[in-house]
Amino acid sequence: MEGNVINKIKLEFEAVSENEALARVVAAAFIAGLNITVDELEDVKTAVSEAVTNAIIHGYKECGGTVIMDAVLKRERKEACLLSIDICDTGVGIEDVERAMQPMFTTGLENERSGMGFSFMEAFMDKVIVTSSLNMGTVVHMEKCLKVYDKRQ
Amino acid sequence: MLVLFLTFLILRREDRQMEAKTREYAIIDNYLCIKMPAEVDHHKAAGIRECADKMILDDKVKNIVFDFEDTTFMDSSGLGIIIGRYRKISCFGGKVYAVNANERITRLLTTSGMTSIIEVL
Ligand SMILES: Nc1ncnc2c1ncn2[C@@H]1O[C@H](COP(=O)(O)OP(=O)(O)O)[C@@H](O)[C@H]1O
Ligand SMILES: [Mg+2]
Repeated sequence: MEGNVINKIKLEFEAVSENEALARVVAAAFIAGLNITVDELEDVKTAVSEAVTNAIIHGYKECGGTVIMDAVLKRERKEACLLSIDICDTGVGIEDVERAMQPMFTTGLENERSGMGFSFMEAFMDKVIVTSSLNMGTVVHMEKCLKVYDKRQ
Repeated sequence: MLVLFLTFLILRREDRQMEAKTREYAIIDNYLCIKMPAEVDHHKAAGIRECADKMILDDKVKNIVFDFEDTTFMDSSGLGIIIGRYRKISCFGGKVYAVNANERITRLLTTSGMTSIIEVL
């Protein structure tokens, strides 16, 4: 594997709500071997749940499609590693990303969305970068530095 | 004979499901108590919403208590459920409470500003 990559996975799944739990369980399993805190694990699960839910309900308007989760674990320093997760959809895209990311902004009011999804992602991950174009889709790139390191060493 | 037996099994199962439902949504005085599932996400939200709203209409519920005793995971979909129910009952002077939330969920509710519409006990 290239450079300091320790592990990587790609998960491709149908945009149905059952898979929200599947995606966050896979993300949790991916980092389970690291010696991280329960809170850090929950942070990652919550962020993944938010991004995947968005792909399903906003990107694909609950009509189905393919969601891809790419996760990469890289060694940063001896006692830290960097988790990157990309959640990709090829749905409707976001017209104004900056506005979409503002707390409480939502286009899903009738669906009882709170507009706090991106705020949760930003609160629980160290970096969130959203790339989107109309009718092409959206990629949510998230990074989190996980301090304590590999039990095997 | 086999068909009869199968129908019996299916009926029994439905019975148990009904029972589970009534255990999850209880009305005490004018408080509707909603037992939240282990994982509160968008997948679970529609079901919770539907059952809660049916009971709000049917039984003249005034206040709502969300019981998080069994809940270990919640994302922002949970906030949507709470805000939605708050909108339904607050115009009649009802209050919304969250009880038995673990440390993380309590933190989620407070930092997201939900404490302006609900009381976390
Ligand atoms: N993958 C996506 N595809 C299209 N639009 C999206 C996507 N993710 C987010 N959005 C837009 O950004 C808004 C804000 O998202 P979010 O903060 O998660 O709040 P919510 O999901 O509660 O609406 C959404 O209402 C939607 O308009
Ligand atoms: Mg969202």
